[in-house]
Amino acid sequence: MAEPLTIVVVEQDRDRALQIIDALKASGSYDVQVIGNVSGLARKIAAFEPDVVLIDIDNPSRDTLEELTIASGPMERPVAMFVSGAASDLTRTAVEAGVSAYVVDGLAPERLMPILDTAVARFQVMRQMRSELAETRRALEERKIIDRAKGLLMKVKGIDEDAAYALLRKTAMDQGKRLVDVAGALLTATDLLS
Amino acid sequence: MKTVTLPIAYMPLVDAAPLVVAQEMGFAQAEGLELDMIAAPSWSSLRDMLAFGRVDAAHMLSAVPIAMALQMGGVTRPLSAAAVLSVNGNVIGISAALEERLRAQGHDFAFNNAKDAGRALAQAAHGRLTVGVPFPFSMHAELLHYWIAATELSSCDIDVQTVPPPLMTRAIAEGEIDAFCVGEPWGSMVVEHGVGGLLLPGKAIWSFAPEKVLAVRAEWAETEPLLLDRLVRALWRACRWLSQPDSRLTAAAMLARGDVLDVPEEVIDRALSGRLTISRNGDQRHCPGFVEFHRGAANFPWRSQAKWIGEQLAVRTGLDRFAAREAAAQSFRSDQYRRALAGTGADLPGASEKVEGSLSAPTPVASGGGGIVLEGDGFFDGRVFDPYGE
Repeated sequence: MAEPLTIVVVEQDRDRALQIIDALKASGSYDVQVIGNVSGLARKIAAFEPDVVLIDIDNPSRDTLEELTIASGPMERPVAMFVSGAASDLTRTAVEAGVSAYVVDGLAPERLMPILDTAVARFQVMRQMRSELAETRRALEERKIIDRAKGLLMKVKGIDEDAAYALLRKTAMDQGKRLVDVAGALLTATDLLS
Repeated sequence: MKTVTLPIAYMPLVDAAPLVVAQEMGFAQAEGLELDMIAAPSWSSLRDMLAFGRVDAAHMLSAVPIAMALQMGGVTRPLSAAAVLSVNGNVIGISAALEERLRAQGHDFAFNNAKDAGRALAQAAHGRLTVGVPFPFSMHAELLHYWIAATELSSCDIDVQTVPPPLMTRAIAEGEIDAFCVGEPWGSMVVEHGVGGLLLPGKAIWSFAPEKVLAVRAEWAETEPLLLDRLVRALWRACRWLSQPDSRLTAAAMLARGDVLDVPEEVIDRALSGRLTISRNGDQRHCPGFVEFHRGAANFPWRSQAKWIGEQLAVRTGLDRFAAREAAAQSFRSDQYRRALAGTGADLPGASEKVEGSLSAPTPVASGGGGIVLEGDGFFDGRVFDPYGE
């Protein structure tokens, strides 16, 4: 039986890191290490001598990992993002899911596959949650702009809330614009004129 | 002409201006293109997005297509640099502690003399220095290594680390690095936060260094030549617009927006005007041509520029430098640039290579229309690079 592979996960969010560890441990026997603080990242990773490094594609600190792709001494093991041959599709899937894997050169694809499959599935779920959160935030922001524009119209024109909303809506439709854009333009114009 | 939507990736930097301008000022529209601009969180992500087809084109570090041609880095897939989008535009900066020591030594912070600055920094560093650069394959790293090798800094123990540009301020504030080489506005942001100062513009090391290129997959360039031509033309016109003094403030306003850089207009204007604030005390220095988007045939992808980068990378990593020159030259596609601009009235140089570093002042050269004046392209130590020499 081969030695368990060492996997380093770079993730600042503790809950997300735990989810990834749990998922990896459920799929096989691995030695999983987490790095949460990204200062001096390349040095910290090198100290673990990992076989695989997993990192969120949106993490700006990812660029420091590129240093690992240049072996600077004979004792250092170069790493590559896994792209060769049959695994090319897998890498593409990983890129789309938002995870990048750096892998020690020469690691057998059949040992890597389950790790990457697990990571891809986990990152997809997390990405989905993040985009839903962003969507909710955006909707809230838009709601606020529309509410302020409504309030302004009610005050200036002396109309009630429904009438103010109907006026915004009609203007948006007439101009072929989104309701929130019309509301935003009204607020900007008022700011300028005040 | 049917409008085609083209996904294009960029890093939030002042020199992403050609893409922003091409889209916002209608140069893309005039070529039937709608640029779907995607901000990348890191250079490796940007490269992967391009390599794996998430985007078709990108605002890319000039050294990346060459590193990929030399099989360096996490992903190696042939890219074409069909145009240079900007020349120069980096700054070398130092921590507040080093700035104090340099001042105490009597350094003049002239901001134009790489030799003096190198000597002074070596003295202030007490033998050890950790320097941040945005990416291992970048003009930042190349300029830094070139400068170190040719000054007293060569006797210091220097550790070059990768630090993403927006995190440069934090890294210098926390003492993770002592100095940095970075693109604007991130150098000026270090000064704005009061944690460091600026020592040199990149231009003081190599006065005409290709900084960012328009990169596409080599295979995409073959299958979509007409689309590539349209994109090169739109960006070329955007670059020409950017080089006009009247455009400066409008460009700064476009870049300052929350969805592009989200940095005050005034800070962005420092790079565009070449009037940089170099210390917390508000000292200013004027560096004409701090960043060039068009002047001096800036957009032409000289194969000799690619060879210079290839040779530097090869020397540092122990590859054969002549083989590296040839591989590098293949990724700067002056042929594609010429094809795209043929018949537009753009003046094209007669040659595709030049002896880099041989011009100490603006010089007229042979061209199709007879109107090209190249800017000075000297290295600070007076060396020249002959793309066919030993």
